[in-house]
Amino acid sequence: MAAVRTSSEVALNRIAIVAVLVATLIFLAPIYWIASTAFKPKELAVSVPPTVLFQPEVTPFIRLFTKRVQMQKTVDPQVYEAAPWWEKRIYDGGERVLKVGKDVQLSQYPDRFMNSLIVAIVSTVLAVGMGTFTAYGFSRFKIAGEADLLFFILSTRMLPPVVVAIPMFLMYRMVGLNDSHIGLIILYIAFNLSFSVWLMKGFMDEIPKEYEEAALVDGYTRMQAFFKIVLPEAATGIAATAVFCFITAWNEYAFALIMTNRRAQTAPPFIPSQIGSGLPDWTTIAAGTFLFLLPVAIFTFLLRNHLLRGVTFGAIRK
Amino acid sequence: MTQIELRGIEKFFGAVQVIHNLNLAIADNEFIVLLGQSGCGKTTTLRAIAGLETIDKGDILIDGKAVQHLKAADRDIAMVFQSFSLYPHMTVFENIAFPLRATRMSSGEVDKSVREVARVLRISDLLDKKPSALSGGDMQRVAIGRALVRRPKAMLMDEPIGALDAKLREEMRAEIKRLHIKQGSTTIYVTHDQIEAMSLADRIVIMHEGFIQQVGTPDDVYSHPANLFVAQFVGSPVMNVAEASVADEGGAATVTVGGAPKGFEFPRELLTRLNGHVANGGLTLGIRPEGVLVRHDAAAGYVPVEAQIIEPLGSFDIVDLKVGSKMLRARTKAGYVSGPGEKVHVRIDPEQAHFFDTASGKSLGVRL
Repeated sequence: MAAVRTSSEVALNRIAIVAVLVATLIFLAPIYWIASTAFKPKELAVSVPPTVLFQPEVTPFIRLFTKRVQMQKTVDPQVYEAAPWWEKRIYDGGERVLKVGKDVQLSQYPDRFMNSLIVAIVSTVLAVGMGTFTAYGFSRFKIAGEADLLFFILSTRMLPPVVVAIPMFLMYRMVGLNDSHIGLIILYIAFNLSFSVWLMKGFMDEIPKEYEEAALVDGYTRMQAFFKIVLPEAATGIAATAVFCFITAWNEYAFALIMTNRRAQTAPPFIPSQIGSGLPDWTTIAAGTFLFLLPVAIFTFLLRNHLLRGVTFGAIRK
Repeated sequence: MTQIELRGIEKFFGAVQVIHNLNLAIADNEFIVLLGQSGCGKTTTLRAIAGLETIDKGDILIDGKAVQHLKAADRDIAMVFQSFSLYPHMTVFENIAFPLRATRMSSGEVDKSVREVARVLRISDLLDKKPSALSGGDMQRVAIGRALVRRPKAMLMDEPIGALDAKLREEMRAEIKRLHIKQGSTTIYVTHDQIEAMSLADRIVIMHEGFIQQVGTPDDVYSHPANLFVAQFVGSPVMNVAEASVADEGGAATVTVGGAPKGFEFPRELLTRLNGHVANGGLTLGIRPEGVLVRHDAAAGYVPVEAQIIEPLGSFDIVDLKVGSKMLRARTKAGYVSGPGEKVHVRIDPEQAHFFDTASGKSLGVRL
């Protein structure tokens, strides 16, 4: 129905647009800050007032991926001339890249980044998978004490996780799970499972049970009906749940800091450890953070249509 | 060739008994309609036959074989749901093919069967569409197609056209009838709409509060209702019922309703036929509006009454007439009674009168 808009409605609409723009700017400001710092020369990173226009450079990323040491004296001009362009950037900063023979020593960042990917992806897949099955059970079958069980599942979120950090650390050390991928994965599944069960139950409840009943009458088992009918219908909910679980696992800092130090350390506790001695190297930290933001941004971007439908699921279906 | 028999079915939801000792035999190719208000147990009965609901007692036999312990998938029965239940992520073709995919039929045969069913249902041009792009009627055709394609032993339909608008409902009703005549499969159809039941059924099963009230052909349940519930549930406009007393007045029986000063004349035969029931004082007269005869001028056997409300329904009017303290609804030619307050004369057609025991509600089986 085409309604004629009154002038006050037009004004309200404009105010809403301005409000959205302001909110967007506020949300994007830290991201801009990190992104711009990641490409700044070291000395501009902390300049007051902040520098907005500068010649962007990739030196922070080179520093991020290499092991370096401070040089006591200036570099030999011949060595400097022979060095590749990226190594010159390091010499320019009064440092040299560590090498064994001719091989450049990489920093620990790629390993830590990979750890983050492994832990976040595996824990997300398992948490969402288990949550989907559990939610289906709660949604479709009469379960004795269903409300109590669901409350119990939710109650695991009712205190800050850090409260249990010390006992968890002691237990983990006892069973040898500290500084292991599997240890962190179990922890993150435990975090995310209650969330995933509750969110997926909402989505499952929205899928009419007649779909499965039709499939049952049509000659399929309940398991087949689940995979052929329920799962495709729940795809939107699964995508939304997965994004939230992935972000939680990807960004988790406290437990990663306490439970891991070398082998299984993820990127969040690693990045600030790069502050180093002397002056903090903000540009390298910013470069690490900037790269760290990308997987979540890409993952969310790929699933954005599902996500949008996911968070407004109930409103659309009814 | 599929016969279905229900023997002594009982079903509880918690402490509430929703089906009481239900017995029913359905013949091959028969179109049975389970008719009743919501909550009468008709859908539960249907779901029990389908295997979507367990029963607490009794046997469900399909072709003489007890199936109550079999899974839905193993009963070889198809079901059409009120909500259509088309799988939204599949095309119409895939929806119809879905039951065949469970049987490991070759894809060539699946294709052939689906196209054949689509042709019969006149939905061949919709095969590539998703259900969301279909109209209500087409969705229902697809749902029926999905049920037909497997050539199941029996078709179960749970208010399959209840969600459609009035005009489409009428169209689909005719279509379902056409299909049943053409395909001829044992069909159990659930509805709360008595017009649907009358127009489709070979036999109607009227249910109320988990009990079968009457099983019979549409003509049977209309002309010979077994009790007051059936009498008032079947037929539109609803049958008039009123407590009545019968007296012997000068060679004829008179039936007085609502304490009116003058009773309606009935043949004397009524007295002997009602013998015994009258003494209890619990007699209820039932008369359909078309059995209430109205004329302008006085005549023998006609009682003067006043018209109260006139409902014009196009081809005829329903006129509320005040008889004593009761209202009798009569069906007249359109515009026959000009307006409220008009004095008319009325008679009850003895041949269309029904008599019930007031206490039990049961029909006394007295027809003149």
